[in-house]
Amino acid sequence: MAAIDLRPPRLTVGPLAWVRKNLFSTWYNTALTLGVSWLLYSSLKSAALWSQTEARWGVIEANLTLFMIGQYPREELWRIWLVIYLLAALVGLAWGTWRNAARGFAVMALGAGAAFALICFALNWEAWINWLIADAILLIFFLIGNFLPYASRVTVVGWLLYFPAIFLLVAGSRHIAALPPVEMSAWSGLLLTLLLTIVGNLGSLPLGILLALGRQSKLPIVRYFSIGYIELIRGVPLVTVLYMADILLPLFLPVDVRPDRVIRAMVGFILFEAAYQAENVRGGLQSIHRGQYEAAHALGLSGALTTALIVLPQALRAVVPALFNSFISLFKDTSLVAIIGLFDLLRIARSVIAQPEWLGTHREVYLFAFLIYWGFNLAFTYGNRRVEQALGVGKR
Amino acid sequence: MKLKAFWRDIRFLQMLAQGIFVILLALAAGYLYVNVTANLQRQGLTVGYGFMKNPASFDIGESYIPYQASDPYQRALIVGVVNTLVVSLVGILLTTIVGVLVGIARLSTNWLVNKLAAAYVGVLRNTPLIIQLMFWYFGVILQLPSVKQAIELPGPAFLTNRGIYLPWTETTATFPAWRMYLILAIISVFVIWFVLQIARSRASIPLSPSWNLSYLVIPVLILWLGAEIQPAPPITPYLPELAGLNFKGGLRLTPEFAALLFGLVLYTGAFIAEIVRAGILAVSRGQVEAARSLGLTNGQTLRLIVFPQALRVIIPPLTSQYLNLAKNSSLAIAIGYPDLFSIAGTVFNQTGAAIEIIVVMMLSYLSLSLFTSLIMNIYNSRTRLVER
Amino acid sequence: MSDETKSQEIIICRDVHKWFDSFHVLKGINLTVRKSEVVVVFGPSGSGKSTFIRCINRLEEHQRGQIIVDGVELTNDIRNIETIRQEVGMVFQSFNLFPHLTAIQNITLAPFWVRRTPREQSSELAMQLLTRVGIPEQADKYPGQLSGGQQQRVAIARALAMQPRIMLFDEPTSALDPEMIKEVLDVMVELARSGMTIVAVTHEMGFARAVANRMIFFDRGEIVEQGTPDQIFNHPQNDRTKLFLSQILRH
Repeated sequence: MAAIDLRPPRLTVGPLAWVRKNLFSTWYNTALTLGVSWLLYSSLKSAALWSQTEARWGVIEANLTLFMIGQYPREELWRIWLVIYLLAALVGLAWGTWRNAARGFAVMALGAGAAFALICFALNWEAWINWLIADAILLIFFLIGNFLPYASRVTVVGWLLYFPAIFLLVAGSRHIAALPPVEMSAWSGLLLTLLLTIVGNLGSLPLGILLALGRQSKLPIVRYFSIGYIELIRGVPLVTVLYMADILLPLFLPVDVRPDRVIRAMVGFILFEAAYQAENVRGGLQSIHRGQYEAAHALGLSGALTTALIVLPQALRAVVPALFNSFISLFKDTSLVAIIGLFDLLRIARSVIAQPEWLGTHREVYLFAFLIYWGFNLAFTYGNRRVEQALGVGKR
Repeated sequence: MKLKAFWRDIRFLQMLAQGIFVILLALAAGYLYVNVTANLQRQGLTVGYGFMKNPASFDIGESYIPYQASDPYQRALIVGVVNTLVVSLVGILLTTIVGVLVGIARLSTNWLVNKLAAAYVGVLRNTPLIIQLMFWYFGVILQLPSVKQAIELPGPAFLTNRGIYLPWTETTATFPAWRMYLILAIISVFVIWFVLQIARSRASIPLSPSWNLSYLVIPVLILWLGAEIQPAPPITPYLPELAGLNFKGGLRLTPEFAALLFGLVLYTGAFIAEIVRAGILAVSRGQVEAARSLGLTNGQTLRLIVFPQALRVIIPPLTSQYLNLAKNSSLAIAIGYPDLFSIAGTVFNQTGAAIEIIVVMMLSYLSLSLFTSLIMNIYNSRTRLVER
Repeated sequence: MSDETKSQEIIICRDVHKWFDSFHVLKGINLTVRKSEVVVVFGPSGSGKSTFIRCINRLEEHQRGQIIVDGVELTNDIRNIETIRQEVGMVFQSFNLFPHLTAIQNITLAPFWVRRTPREQSSELAMQLLTRVGIPEQADKYPGQLSGGQQQRVAIARALAMQPRIMLFDEPTSALDPEMIKEVLDVMVELARSGMTIVAVTHEMGFARAVANRMIFFDRGEIVEQGTPDQIFNHPQNDRTKLFLSQILRH
């Protein structure tokens, strides 16, 4: 005889039941829910009220270009767009080549492009066309990446060439007529923030790898030197390293070499990040079984060849998500250059607040800066999660 | 050992590699040294700490040890170190409380509380600390009403844009005599602990937990005795009261200190919340199930089973968060709190002694880091040993 | 001993001692292996047998005594060490394939980078070896996609690609599921029959019975007894040998 399928009691399933279980299960839970709801309601209400009436959002609109690219000459703006188009192309290419791993970033980029296009359109700025073009380029290169032979190699080479290309385009050169040089002191705003992040992240990786290898070395002097450097840098705040780079670098260089302040900040970030990258890479190195070294040894591979062909490829694969994470945290840390006088996004924000017609708008402006950092962070973390999944980190 | 072909001997080659490395380092150091001396000569400066004895001739906004502008640079730097220490220590204490509370909230079964805590962590962890500090300083503390229209909280405590005033205590004339009773009370706690340890190891059945009440009862008895013998109270409340244009009395937190403290505590608290949460989750469900099926209550399970195991996982990352808080205190310069970094910067501006100042800064922060690591490592190894 | 017999001795160990800190793990090993000989080393765990064969290709360093491989003595001389490593191939218990390379890339790596064999040649050799171990169709798969038995066979092919004169096996089947042990042993048997000098640490007595010229019983850091499989299985002399054999030959 078949058992009868009864329906569950009414109050144990469905939305009513969920509310009962999650919000009102015990008396103190109920009290908590009511108390917190009231708090939320009153603070959200006053915040919403403020944003609709008192807040002067015009300050953002009026200064948006300043926030984005600071003092960069407006006639050369096309170069920045070119950098963005190249980025779209490379992201699209990466998506076409490594579909799974790159999907998170690609989706984020597409979404961002569309969102920016919408905002520009609503504010009646012509830039909306540029954003749509960027999205289109991304999709085109996605298709190309799907069918390109040797896609992997082309994409990697493309990305590697991209970073020097950014500098060429942004800085310009005396030897190229189409790219008149732009002084480093004019690099500011979000542009500077991004440039510092990229240089800090990429520049610190080689040094970080050397330090990590040095830390594992059997030669005691090399090992102690690496450990000493890493522990020294990790024991002091970032501002002191930046400050040190700012005031000591001119002293340590030959008498007539006066590096620009932006370069000094970059050196500071590189020296600082290298210590943390070293710890990331060390994690990757430690995840490699001893047997790998033994097999390489038994096959006759020398120490250098073993490191280059066997150890580093595996270690770096494990390290890629951590690399993206340090990119994100470096992005936030660049806000500290305001302290040594560089005009990154945050410093520009402060100068905007000081403008006579926008006095007292610090809440709006800081909120805007805060949203930029937070939004960027979220987008990158989401993209990184996909990469982690695709690389199967932690599963091997 | 045969000497033939020593240049192919592995051990010789290793020595050689190290030797080359040392030579390269020495060359680099030499090159830097040459440049430094040339540059210093150009600027007419010399390296040395003699300037430390010169008068600082600048004021410092707040300081916990007496200081005037005529004091030497040395003293100014010490003021900076003390300021950093104070904000770090108070910060570490408060942020632990905040972090643990939020971490527990993250595990709450109440959906609203859970998601709110998640939002708190998600927002604070993902934005730069310096913006949060500026928000607290410019956006909150400086927006507080002026002294005449101060917000009053029970205590009484007052929130104004000139600072936060909290009720505090003040020692009276009888305090020195009464101090002896305080010290006795503290010693008695250790004596009780020692006695109970011995009793526990000698007893054949577990001691009743009511013996633990003696930790409370005996010190209080001693203090009460002291209060009886010395009728005049040793401490009196020191309350802030409006006197003219300002508040007198009470504990005053300057706007800069308050903003720095808030910012650091809430920011680091978000990270600690995640660490606490991860630590508690790391204790497998089976442990809780076993404890409950043995008849332990929820509270006992948490106290005896979950927390000790969770602590092992929590302590190492907690240490690095404490270190981060101490290091992040250097951002005080952005909102005007005179910590070590900001004062050192001022000293450099006035004397041009770049290398010396950097060395002082680095050494101070390094000592702070090493000291904190040391304490936490000791605690870590103690909790670990006890388990094994 | 005549010169001809002497030149047949491809591994000579004289009074080899090794200590791990104060633990005396190898207590005066004397052993000679001749060309094309198949030697099976067996014994209880912790007896030092793995340590011993790892000394032969310098994965471990011996502290006293001499080890001479194919006429070259193992000392701290880096050139000697490198020569010997190229002459001696090793197969590990945990395969140790390089996970970021395909099977065929695993095999061609060393010949390309160490012996500088041109790509086409090393690829051809690799495919021949994969066919020899029975899995040519797996050439482009990654180790993670192969079964344990297939991985170990790739590992054998990888070691053979350097055309060694001696193959060392360190418990090659101990980490395999039972149904995959046979395929690996078959490859080892074929290798033995083709004339390769083999020193294998293994518990697979079937393999020993089939192809071993000599079996060596290792216990507590010394060679307790050695002889042909027939002698060891049917007429063990030493009590410890008898005890150990009774423990492992239960089935």
